[in-house]
Amino acid sequence: MVKFTEKERSTIRAIWEKVNIDEVGPDALARVLIVYPWTERYFGTFGDIFTASAVLNNDKVRAHGKVVLKALDEAVKNVDNIKKTYAYLSRLHYEVFHVDPDNFRLLADCITIAIACKVKSALDPQVQATWKKFLSAVVDAMNSQYY
Amino acid sequence: MTTLTAKDKDTVKAFWAKVSGKAEDIGKQSLARMLAVYPQTKTYFAHWKDQSPDGAPARKHGITVMNGVADAVSKIDNLTAGLLELSELHAFTLRVDPANFKILAHNMLVVMAIMFPIEFTPEVHVAMDKFLASLALALAEKYR
Repeated sequence: MVKFTEKERSTIRAIWEKVNIDEVGPDALARVLIVYPWTERYFGTFGDIFTASAVLNNDKVRAHGKVVLKALDEAVKNVDNIKKTYAYLSRLHYEVFHVDPDNFRLLADCITIAIACKVKSALDPQVQATWKKFLSAVVDAMNSQYY
Repeated sequence: MTTLTAKDKDTVKAFWAKVSGKAEDIGKQSLARMLAVYPQTKTYFAHWKDQSPDGAPARKHGITVMNGVADAVSKIDNLTAGLLELSELHAFTLRVDPANFKILAHNMLVVMAIMFPIEFTPEVHVAMDKFLASLALALAEKYR
């Protein structure tokens, strides 16, 4: 069970406060689809996501990016109980969407980069370390129901 | 997986032209973040008196590494041949687990995103990611 200190919790909240879900969500998901194009396999109903410009102009990508970051908000709010908070999502991604869990790691990296573009030097090395610890817990939780 | 198209190479060279003035900063910050965020990487630097992310050895080494990346940009048409010596160094002397190349690459991308948020578009992101992956492959060429 991942334990966060009070300082880490406030660092995570401070960064999250700077994140506009409506901006960063779509940016992060667009980057996943553009940088790791095999992830297109999970979005068959999204229409044209086969070029960078198509991805960036796709309304469904934008909408889904917001959905994903809204879910991350739940993790921020339940930072001491991420596994339980995400058990349902993990099961869903396994049994219904059949998502290879390695992709959660790739999404986490793209979320970090999207946030870096937004908050810039506020994401200093120590803050990045804390944020990574948080995202690793989220990725673990997303893996937890794959068995 | 890591064939660089002509478009990729053009994108990398164009982006590098914009950022190369800050190469030393990028190098120092990338290495600092790698050591701070992925502490297992410090195991390669046990010989440093000061292993702190912002210590003098780390800053100097960040510059060294980034000079290697700059060199690789100039040899982008044949990374395997161009990085032969560096590959031998990493394979036989340094023996760095190649998984760490991915970690350092990720931190370089984070620093580029922070320092050049407008220029680091998704298209530039994928080209740089592919380039750094190709670089890593060329570095690991002599491993086995």
